[in-house]
Amino acid sequence: MNPDFVLWLAAILFGIGAFGLITRRNALVAFMCVELMLNAANLVLVTMSEVHGGLDGQVAALFVMVVAAAEVVVGLSIIVMVYRSRRSVSVDTASLLKR
Amino acid sequence: MITLLTDLPIAATGAFSWAWLMIAIPAFGAAVLLLGGKAVAGFGHWLAVLASFTSFGIAVVLFILMLSSPESSRAVAVPLFEWIHLGSWTISAGLLIDQLSILFALLVTGVGSVIHLYSVGYMAHDERRSRFFAFLNLFITAMLILVLADNYLVLFVGWEGVGLASYLLIGFWQHKPSAAAAAKKAFVMNRIGDLGMTLSIFAMLALVGSSAFVDVDAAASANASPWWTTIGFLLLLGACGKSAQVPLQAWLLDAMEGPTPVSALIHAATMVTAGVYLVVRSHEVYAQSQAAALAVCIVGAVTLLVGAWIGCSKDDIKKVLAGSTMSQIGYMMLAAGIGPAGWAFAIFHLLTHGFFKANMFLGAGSVMHAMDDDVNMRNYGGLAKVIPITFITFAMGYLAIIGFPGFAGYFSKDHIIEAAFGQGLVFGVIALVGAGITAFYMTRLMCMTYLSQKRWNQGVKPHESPLTMTIPLIILAAFSFVGGAVMNGWIQGWLAPALGTHPHEVGWIPSGIGWATLVVVGVGVGLGWFLFYRKPVPKQAPDTQNPFTIAGRNDVFGDAVNNILVVKPAKLAADTIIANDTWVFDRGVDALANVFLKLSNVGRKLQSGQVRSYALLMTLGVVLVTAVLFIGQLG
Amino acid sequence: MIPLALETDILFAICGPLAVAGALGLVLFRKAVYSALSLAFTMLNLAALYVGMDAPMLAAAQIIVYTGAIMMLFLFVLMLVGVDRSDSLVETLKGQRIWAVIGAVGISGLLIAGTGQMVTRALGVRSANGEFGSNVQGLAALIFGKYVFPFELTSALLITAAVGAMILAQNVRLTPKLSQREMSVQRMKAYADSGTHPGALPSSGVVALHNSIAVPALLPDGSIAPDSVSETLHTRGAILDTAELSQATAKNFGLIAAATGTELGNDTNSGGEIE
Repeated sequence: MNPDFVLWLAAILFGIGAFGLITRRNALVAFMCVELMLNAANLVLVTMSEVHGGLDGQVAALFVMVVAAAEVVVGLSIIVMVYRSRRSVSVDTASLLKR
Repeated sequence: MITLLTDLPIAATGAFSWAWLMIAIPAFGAAVLLLGGKAVAGFGHWLAVLASFTSFGIAVVLFILMLSSPESSRAVAVPLFEWIHLGSWTISAGLLIDQLSILFALLVTGVGSVIHLYSVGYMAHDERRSRFFAFLNLFITAMLILVLADNYLVLFVGWEGVGLASYLLIGFWQHKPSAAAAAKKAFVMNRIGDLGMTLSIFAMLALVGSSAFVDVDAAASANASPWWTTIGFLLLLGACGKSAQVPLQAWLLDAMEGPTPVSALIHAATMVTAGVYLVVRSHEVYAQSQAAALAVCIVGAVTLLVGAWIGCSKDDIKKVLAGSTMSQIGYMMLAAGIGPAGWAFAIFHLLTHGFFKANMFLGAGSVMHAMDDDVNMRNYGGLAKVIPITFITFAMGYLAIIGFPGFAGYFSKDHIIEAAFGQGLVFGVIALVGAGITAFYMTRLMCMTYLSQKRWNQGVKPHESPLTMTIPLIILAAFSFVGGAVMNGWIQGWLAPALGTHPHEVGWIPSGIGWATLVVVGVGVGLGWFLFYRKPVPKQAPDTQNPFTIAGRNDVFGDAVNNILVVKPAKLAADTIIANDTWVFDRGVDALANVFLKLSNVGRKLQSGQVRSYALLMTLGVVLVTAVLFIGQLG
Repeated sequence: MIPLALETDILFAICGPLAVAGALGLVLFRKAVYSALSLAFTMLNLAALYVGMDAPMLAAAQIIVYTGAIMMLFLFVLMLVGVDRSDSLVETLKGQRIWAVIGAVGISGLLIAGTGQMVTRALGVRSANGEFGSNVQGLAALIFGKYVFPFELTSALLITAAVGAMILAQNVRLTPKLSQREMSVQRMKAYADSGTHPGALPSSGVVALHNSIAVPALLPDGSIAPDSVSETLHTRGAILDTAELSQATAKNFGLIAAATGTELGNDTNSGGEIE
């Protein structure tokens, strides 16, 4: 497995995640795009672990997973709260700043 | 022009070192009355009268002391304190009691005291009486500062003080809009004169380094400089403002809105003559500058005609007297401008005028008192028998002002007319004609008020005034009678050391010009008699196409001239500035603000509240930064 | 020398494109559920790649934590907010999509250009794994040795997140809970004020072919009783078409009438025919 290709893959996944985050209005989908970007980052960490021959990258990836889990818990509960009050999970409706 | 250097004043000793009490006592009286409020309402007016009479007493004592001392040691300097010490300038406040100022002090305190007494009766029913007397005392204080000052700066303090007192007293019945407006008008027009005063004082300070009369006189007689002409004109501007001379004459007629004792004291006898005092006091300056002296003459001559003109056409008794005051002060200014020959006569006429004009104003007040505060002479008539004391005393003043032989005005005015002929034929003729017009309008006033048939309004029951009012009338009437004769042969010699003049020989028997004057006066009296006694006086002022009458009724268009020359341009300038402010500055600032508003609106669009926009911008930012880093690495 | 195609290369050749396909599915599917499943698919492929890169522990964690726990949580929330609604793909923000493409392509391209060719030789983690016996032991040694403090910090983070989620999820009552008595008083008051019916709402309809709660009750004149279905179903638009319902009933009536020869249903019509 050529590490260069894996890094390419990670870059492509990250780009797709960014695109989704920007274009999708459903907060849940946008959130999932963030998760995709995190996964791309994880992939880079693991690849670099492979490249450098040490396990530190894998440990870092584990930590990223933990943080992602925590983030998802809080993020999802916020989305649920927003849904309760607004009956919608569209990020566009939550634009109170404009007026 | 050759003048003698005046004797330097000697240092004050004895009673003279207490001269400041003359000023301090009425000041104290004013303070007590103003601060005391209701606590002094019951007796405050008598306190004021007492203060005024005390001042008068001090003035009399000093006068007697001066009379008894040799001529060379009559002028006394009373240094008080160092006032301003600034760089090389040290200006000390002090009093100069010389032959000129003591006469003025006597006039101010003497006539002032009598008018205080009169006011006790006149203002008896005014609920703000103690305030009125406080202002009167304040006026006495300021006027004494003015005349006793030993330098121009201290004089200016008094000058402003009398202006303040005048403002307060003209507007004393401030509930009347006309009175408030008149007070403001007087104040504003006096400010124009004050501009001249301040500029002249600055010029003196710059030129001489001192504002003391002694230093300025010495400098003026020592070296000629075109600056003296400037100073002379500026001082004349100040004098015009204070003395209601053309072109700053318009305020005096409106000032008649004030209570009549105020008109008598301030706007006839004392304050308005301060301009004459100023010119005479600055005689060395005018001796240096022919042009300034000539300007004084012209102003005086014009004013004496304009004042007389107004006096002929007014129906308001106080305004007739006000016009007459302007006219008489015009005589004084004319005399003051003539030069050493006229200075003493200016002061002489000033004193006699102080007596007879105060007398007539108080008499007019007494008439108004009798006629329920009506001032229109067309509603008078036949009052001679109803209020005999007022009539007789008024008649004394009348005879004095027209220059009936033996009465005060006869001496003082005839001297001025003679001196005017010495100055030039034009001035002499003007002064002569002015005397005739004076006789005409005063006769008109007498006939319309006292002699012709009754034209009283319904319900008016004339009655003689109380003693507090008639006693002052009698005193002043006596002075109107004998004042001229007493001072005729004496005053020139008395004033000579102070003014640096030689006394002229004056006789009791009229000279050729004197006879001519008597003839002209006789014609004026006869004309007045014929028109306003032989013919019935209409109750309503008759409509007229006579341009002279129309102009006179409109104060010779003084207000219109002011409007066109000053008010309109000032309003135009103000409008221009407003427009400038609105269209240039406001719009400019608004435009600048709008630019930033637009910019912020552009910036605000970025803050749309759309999370996705933020995400996009952030991503693009990352791309940009990465690209920059990447390109940098390539390089 | 042409490198031999190792099994890991084959693995990458299969799983890499699949992961990209899953990611594209996440972004492009209109329905959120499909998106979620696409993401789960991508994650599984990534897990396979981890295995290929000698990281079995991470592969397991990826499957268990990400695909198992996190994605299921997502699905759960999706169910909560409604699954069958598909998002509109019409873009409301001007130029958003073009710029998104530019941004995404730019970021990917720059990353590839910047980092995609820097690796010359991979050392491999075989030796590192072998040091403590296996990958799991090696990770354990690092986590509980070198990284023990960050590890403890993650525990604090998780606790905080859990507490935070509980607080967020808690429903704070803004008004006091009404008792039975108060509610009945309110009902009566509403009846007195505006004539609102105080009793129970009509039950949903049982009409010919349907008996679900989404079927409104029919009133005698053929119109529906609006109160007979739940308001939630109203807002979702899940009520069955009443015209269709009454049509079916009328059709059945018509059949019965044809069979028996008697006119049922519409009385006015039958009356007209008799005459």
